[in-house]
Amino acid sequence: MFDFSIVTTWFDSLLRNTLGFGDFLSILIECVIVGVLILTVYALLAIALIFMERKVCAYFQCRLGPMRVGPWGIFQVFADVVKMLIKEIFFVDKADKLLYIVAPFLVIIGSVGAFSFMTWNKGASILDFNVGIFLLTAISSLGVIGIFLAGWGSNNKYSVISAMRGAVQMISYEMSLCLCLITAVELTGTMQLSGIVESQADGWLIFKGHIPAIIAFLVFLVAGNAEANRGPFDLAEAESELTAGYHTEYSGMGFGFFYLAEYLNMFIIAGIASTVFLGGWMPLHISGLDGFNAVMDYIPGIVWFLGKAFLIVWILLWIKWTFPRLRIDQILNLEWKYLMPLSLLNLVLMTIIVAFGWHF
Amino acid sequence: MENNKSYFGGIKDGMKSLLIGLGVTWREYFTKKVTEQYPENRKTQHIAERHRGRLVMPHDAEGNNKCIACKLCEIACPNGTIKITTEQVETEDGKKKRVLVDYQYDLGECMFCELCVNACPHDAIKFVNDFENSVFGREKLVQHLNIRKDVKPVENKEEK
Repeated sequence: MFDFSIVTTWFDSLLRNTLGFGDFLSILIECVIVGVLILTVYALLAIALIFMERKVCAYFQCRLGPMRVGPWGIFQVFADVVKMLIKEIFFVDKADKLLYIVAPFLVIIGSVGAFSFMTWNKGASILDFNVGIFLLTAISSLGVIGIFLAGWGSNNKYSVISAMRGAVQMISYEMSLCLCLITAVELTGTMQLSGIVESQADGWLIFKGHIPAIIAFLVFLVAGNAEANRGPFDLAEAESELTAGYHTEYSGMGFGFFYLAEYLNMFIIAGIASTVFLGGWMPLHISGLDGFNAVMDYIPGIVWFLGKAFLIVWILLWIKWTFPRLRIDQILNLEWKYLMPLSLLNLVLMTIIVAFGWHF
Repeated sequence: MENNKSYFGGIKDGMKSLLIGLGVTWREYFTKKVTEQYPENRKTQHIAERHRGRLVMPHDAEGNNKCIACKLCEIACPNGTIKITTEQVETEDGKKKRVLVDYQYDLGECMFCELCVNACPHDAIKFVNDFENSVFGREKLVQHLNIRKDVKPVENKEEK
């Protein structure tokens, strides 16, 4: 398995020893490079995800999707991005200007912040704290504030309704989301994302933790879908009721940020699910089959990670294009009467299994 | 519905119906796609047989049509799309007969309701699924259906 930290340590020593930069300058250069990398990958992934959404959605509806711009329409999203970038940004009269302007940035900060926690390969994770999972959920909930402020600041009744719905829904679903992650943390014994991946070297978590891990994985997918404001839980956007909800009054890149964040939040949910439950960049290992394991090791970690993440994205799209939107009371019922008790019980079950060592 | 079901019964039914829904879309994902990529697939495209593209008056090999100039289609047309010019001629056995001189059909006015075809007692007119009817200029949309296309090209019609 290729260890990406070889590259990072080489680059660090290049700056410090070969070029003789001091501590401050070398860290500054590294931070700038990493930041540019994150934003580039963020934008490229968003383009890939939007294209995937269009194609997959079209296939579920028995259509072909974009076909004109480039072969198989692959340049369609690039054209859309250019369109979005050159659009005029205009403001709403009587909007709360400060909140109106700040809101898209809050959403994108929450999204990019959570995105930086992804572990791409062995040794290739950008933020890797010992309380990684905890900080990840904390940062990703910044997005709720952004959505709420966007709805409140736009001076539009649709937006306010959407902001209320979005806040209620996202705050509720964060409960079961975090409970599922805690269930996983209980088994792996660490909150550090790289540590969680390392602990799955001898088997992915849904195999190691069997029943409670599978339940946690499924609940995580449902809650994550709701947290990303997508699929049957797109109450905040609800284009048939609230035009576009909280981003009705945004144009140009203001809207573009919400759009980007929506897709990247879906990817982040998929990424966390694949990191925590499906072993992240860890290849599929079956104990006893050494030849098979050696072959699996040849596939680079980033391919494993992206493969798993996009598989989950595909499942989320499948769910989104299958089920109709829920009502607000149904959404809250689902969370508080079904998912939350289930994940609490699941947590207890996992505790028992870990305590008695009944996992693999 | 929730009221007359137990908590766990509701969960069971809910899961079942969710899985059925997922199954339906799963199958749909792999079915043949119905999109027609129109200008490129001119040769293979499928237009429904009953699609009403434009009105025609079929002619047989001798160039005769079945129209008896009864004007029922003109009366039936809600838009005044059809204008029929007739003249009285005397047949060999001395009877007076109305014959068709000009069957003028304005494609631009037509709303494709098919009332004219339904009104026709002799099936002299019908709709065909030929939908590529765009021309430069409205006057070119006015067609004279009793003039066979192979005898006189459409382009020359505005001279009349």
